[in-house]
Amino acid sequence: MSNTVTTAVPAAQEPMKFKKPSQVKEIWRRFRKNKGSMVGLILLAFIVLVLIFADFIVPYEDGIVQNLALKNQAPSAEHWFGLDSYGRDLFSRVIHGGRTSLGVAVLATISSCIVGSALGAIAGYFGGKVDMIIMRGLDIFMSVPDILFTMAVVVAMGTTFANLIFALTLAYFTNYVRLVRSQILSLSEVEYVEAARAGGSGSARIIISHILPNAMGVIIINTTLNVAKIILYESTLGFLGLGMPPPAPEWGLIISEAREFMRTAPHILLFPALAIVLTACSVNLVGDGLRDAMDPHLKS
Amino acid sequence: MNEQNILEIKDLSVIYKTDLETVKAVNGINIAIKKKSTFGLVGETGAGKTTTARSIIRLLPKVGHVTGGSIEFEGQNLLDLPEDEMRTYRGNKIAMVFQDPMTSLNPVMSVGDQIAETIKIHNPHLSKEDVEKRVEDTLAMVGILPSRKIDYPHQFSGGMKQRVIIAIALACEPDLLIADEPTTALDVTIQAQVLMMIKDLRDRLGTSMLMITHDLGIVAKICDDVGVMYAGEIVESGTVQDIFEGKNHHPYTEGLFGSIPDLKATAKRPQAIPGLMPDPTNLPEGCVFVERCKYAMDICRKEHPQLSVSGTHKLCCHLFDENGNRKEANHG
Repeated sequence: MSNTVTTAVPAAQEPMKFKKPSQVKEIWRRFRKNKGSMVGLILLAFIVLVLIFADFIVPYEDGIVQNLALKNQAPSAEHWFGLDSYGRDLFSRVIHGGRTSLGVAVLATISSCIVGSALGAIAGYFGGKVDMIIMRGLDIFMSVPDILFTMAVVVAMGTTFANLIFALTLAYFTNYVRLVRSQILSLSEVEYVEAARAGGSGSARIIISHILPNAMGVIIINTTLNVAKIILYESTLGFLGLGMPPPAPEWGLIISEAREFMRTAPHILLFPALAIVLTACSVNLVGDGLRDAMDPHLKS
Repeated sequence: MNEQNILEIKDLSVIYKTDLETVKAVNGINIAIKKKSTFGLVGETGAGKTTTARSIIRLLPKVGHVTGGSIEFEGQNLLDLPEDEMRTYRGNKIAMVFQDPMTSLNPVMSVGDQIAETIKIHNPHLSKEDVEKRVEDTLAMVGILPSRKIDYPHQFSGGMKQRVIIAIALACEPDLLIADEPTTALDVTIQAQVLMMIKDLRDRLGTSMLMITHDLGIVAKICDDVGVMYAGEIVESGTVQDIFEGKNHHPYTEGLFGSIPDLKATAKRPQAIPGLMPDPTNLPEGCVFVERCKYAMDICRKEHPQLSVSGTHKLCCHLFDENGNRKEANHG
């Protein structure tokens, strides 16, 4: 019986080398697999690039200078998106308006995320009276309808870029407080936090280096999803005439102005609406992909 | 406090108090751990072993309160220390190894960073290079390639994770290591490996140890002294010889040994102790073991037994007089 099995003997084994599998690289590898999210990401990158280089693409003045003789002109080679009811170049208005809309949305998201996460972390980690005070304060904020609340703030303080961000932050930080608090409540019971405490770590270190990094996935995903919501919300404010003061362009404002000419010049409504939909969609797609890519249970 | 002891627990009582009930988890226990020796705390689930360990490093859950007694570590009563001073003890002088290696490591931090964290907390003056050097030394000490410090916990097996956890605990060369069932979550072959490694490192570093386990085999292998815990009390304690040999034992200890399968005896089933542990919210007035004890007498229900001492061997049972001799008359 000669069933000798010949196995390939590895030649002169090199000492194994281990490379750091960076978290970011891992997430990117998994994110790339999701086609929808990649489309969203490319679209979003394109939108952001256009907004950043808006001044090189089309001058801001084109969107401000009125030319009533040409009002409501349909799209042409000269004016890609046509002209609005005051004869202003819609392409310029949509692109420059996007800077305000997206800028406000992103900054408001970041600030509400920071404020909300900090409050949520404090409430969740310390519990007891601190938790009670923060959460009851939050209840007061949440008992007023968002839109009413933001309108009140904007009306009282005036419509400037900073005030818009402030108002939107006040409307949206409550989400993060609850989210982060619940994450912290469940995470501060886990064994590795317990183990870190047994190793002599203090509260601040435990929150910063153990709890928040583990809650980060959920926070980041919520943030990307919120950007889309705030873009829509900010447009709503603009639509209600509580956005940036005219003639400064803004997606919501353009739509609100286009309302009267919906039948005669639908392009005025179409392009800003399309811009909102595309941006919100792409941000949502990216958020979805991030959620899947960052979930450790889906690691493959 | 005796100079030879590193830790003395005197008359420690711990309760868990909620709105609805008060759980008496630990009831007046005494433990002394000699320098460079290992004390094994055995008992079934819920006996208060982990509560005792957590009281030592003062990490009881929020509802847990120490209601009496003292825990002296190198002459300092740990229960008197303010929280920030207590923190300098944790991980530095007293370290703890938790039961479950799967959940005791932070999944988003590389193992090297986790070891480095403890080192940095207790040695803030060390340079980055020195910390890294110590991380590598510590990993090598527990038998893991130092190059793996950049890996994340999910890239390690259970046994390796437990080694990392032990590395974290030993990174600052603590004087006392509390191991809370360090091998319970591992499979048997890995258990033996990890246990031998703990034993080896303990001898090499001269660490005193409190070994919490419900495995009498582990106790026999690595402990010097043993305390048998039941319903928050230490019912019998002594050296390993006192507990494993000799005739006079607490009925609970007898029961524990009876429940180990015997390789030599033919076709004899291990004898489980009948019944359950008493409800810790409502402990019996007399002996805590009375409901399950086959020698139970009238006095056992009425009076809490006194401590019987013979040399290093102590037990707490009405069957024995204060010198540890069996009272003949009451037998039955």
